[in-house]
Amino acid sequence: MTAQKASASLEEIRRGSAELTNAVGLHARPSVKLTQLAKSYQSMISVATEPQGPWIDAKSPVKIMRVKAPKGTTLYFEASGDDAAAAVAALVDLVERRFDEAEEEGHG
Amino acid sequence: MAEIRLSGRPASSGFAEGQLYVLPDKRVSRAPTGDPDLEAKALRNAIILASEALADLATTADGDAADMLGFQVAMLEDDALSEMAFAAIAEGKPADIAWRHSMDQEIEAYRSADDEYFRARSADLEDIRDNVLDMLSGGTSAAPPPPGAILIARDLQPSRFLGIDWSKGGAILLSEGSPTSHVAMLARARGVPMIVGLGELPRSADGIALIDGGSGQAILSPERQSLDQFIARRAEDDTLSARAEKLLLKDAMTKTGEAVTILINVADPLELDVISPDLCDGIGLVRTEFLFSEDGSFPDEEAQYRVYRRLVEWASGRPVTIRTLDAGGDKPIKNLTIDGESNPFLGVRGIRLSLIRPDLFRIQLRALSRAALHGPIKIMAPMVTIPSELATVRRMMAEEFKGLKAQGIAAALPPIGIMVEVPAAALAMDLFDADFFSIGSNDLTQYVTAAGRDIGSVADLADPRHPAVLRLIAMIATQGKKMQREVSLCGDAGGDPALIPLLLHAGIRCLSMAPSMVARAKLIISETSLSGDVVTP
Repeated sequence: MTAQKASASLEEIRRGSAELTNAVGLHARPSVKLTQLAKSYQSMISVATEPQGPWIDAKSPVKIMRVKAPKGTTLYFEASGDDAAAAVAALVDLVERRFDEAEEEGHG
Repeated sequence: MAEIRLSGRPASSGFAEGQLYVLPDKRVSRAPTGDPDLEAKALRNAIILASEALADLATTADGDAADMLGFQVAMLEDDALSEMAFAAIAEGKPADIAWRHSMDQEIEAYRSADDEYFRARSADLEDIRDNVLDMLSGGTSAAPPPPGAILIARDLQPSRFLGIDWSKGGAILLSEGSPTSHVAMLARARGVPMIVGLGELPRSADGIALIDGGSGQAILSPERQSLDQFIARRAEDDTLSARAEKLLLKDAMTKTGEAVTILINVADPLELDVISPDLCDGIGLVRTEFLFSEDGSFPDEEAQYRVYRRLVEWASGRPVTIRTLDAGGDKPIKNLTIDGESNPFLGVRGIRLSLIRPDLFRIQLRALSRAALHGPIKIMAPMVTIPSELATVRRMMAEEFKGLKAQGIAAALPPIGIMVEVPAAALAMDLFDADFFSIGSNDLTQYVTAAGRDIGSVADLADPRHPAVLRLIAMIATQGKKMQREVSLCGDAGGDPALIPLLLHAGIRCLSMAPSMVARAKLIISETSLSGDVVTP
């Protein structure tokens, strides 16, 4: 699933979601990758494990680690700001790429 | 000082010989200023200094170590980590107390996580906490240990590990700790032998120590004879390791061309993150006791399902044999096993316990049935003594499977086999309608010899090389062939280089062992010639 396209208004919220399929879920390394990617965008970006929230700051590794999301959890993203659409698309892509870790964890 | 022999959980293999060194616990002594603004400034500075020091370390690290340090830096740089401490400082608390208190709460949340992976991260948070406390009290207080020393500590923080010079060798002995911690991972990557869970260790130590990380054995202040034995074993090990490593990913085959199936034993799924499934033909034993935490809480169906599913996904189509809860005997579990039995090894343990706690057992069966949809799971019941126990397991499994279907939950009905460890089951195997059999050589040996391995004065009698044990194993292998049922062996003997040839001669063709034993086992198998007949002493 990819970020939804929508016509431009600055305050419009962009949304996207993806399932965690890497072996140990949103653990240390993926959390760092996710927050670093989020920080590279200007937009306010939030992440949640349910479509209704609660929403947490996608740029905070401390808050993301507190969620302790295991494998199989769906992550929902919401972003608002100039580069919101690109941010959501990039984050969804990162999760779908298993944070580029599949090989290291020995999954074929 | 007299020789002291210690035994713990292997966390990183390898041999080491060196001077003992007790790592002092770092203590913070810092006089508070009494001014909230100054206290806040002190904490802010300490956090910056700690994260700069970590970033410095990161430039010399690579791979997992660099990732781990990157994680700590990211956490430290996140204001969310310190906001509670700054709030407490504003209310008048000294910086170190505010920081320690807020970090302790954060750490506690990790310690109580359901997921073992997240629980293990509590050590990283402790590391972060202590690094900042060090900076608050004016930098690292403890002098670095001498290079090549054998370190003794309660636990060891990853950043402290990285700050130590390992180029001259050395090893780590921890009274607590876990093989799945970051520091254990770092030690394995760096080739530093490490043993954890050793219990009480000397607080002051001089003299030398000998460490065999792979077997979890340490000898403090060794006598001459122990030292000679150690040196000989280490030399032999070096040569063998080099040859064995070449066979790691190859199929196991005897010198005379018989194929041998190699399975691995899994005590903790985290072990699998760092090994390739290509080294084995499947998982022969998953010890599900790890699911039950020390605080006495039981894992729910969903948590178990996730773990089992992860195991079959790792195995990528290879069979995964999961043993139902084997509590009791030497594996007590809080709120579950029966306290005060006069002889726990002859008491309510294994399947006997599961059958009197069907509420818990059915949860495990449901989770297994759901996970079996994702790959070839086999269910193995421990301590089965009479056929009706197996029949009851089958009936309960069928009921749970039907129940899941009725609820519209996808599930599969896995094959069900038994451990052969009670002599009664071994001698009357033909009466058991099992889909497969797996010899639990540890218990079978102690029940046949009537000698407990954990009782020092009779431990020598509990020898799987006793002809009675080997003859019984040969009987089981022969009987399995007659019944056309797979027979494997999953006790410690299965990975023991000294025993593997005897087991092969007894007719065993499927061995399950710790992943670290696989390379050596394949080497021993490749050097064994079989005559085609079952041979026992």
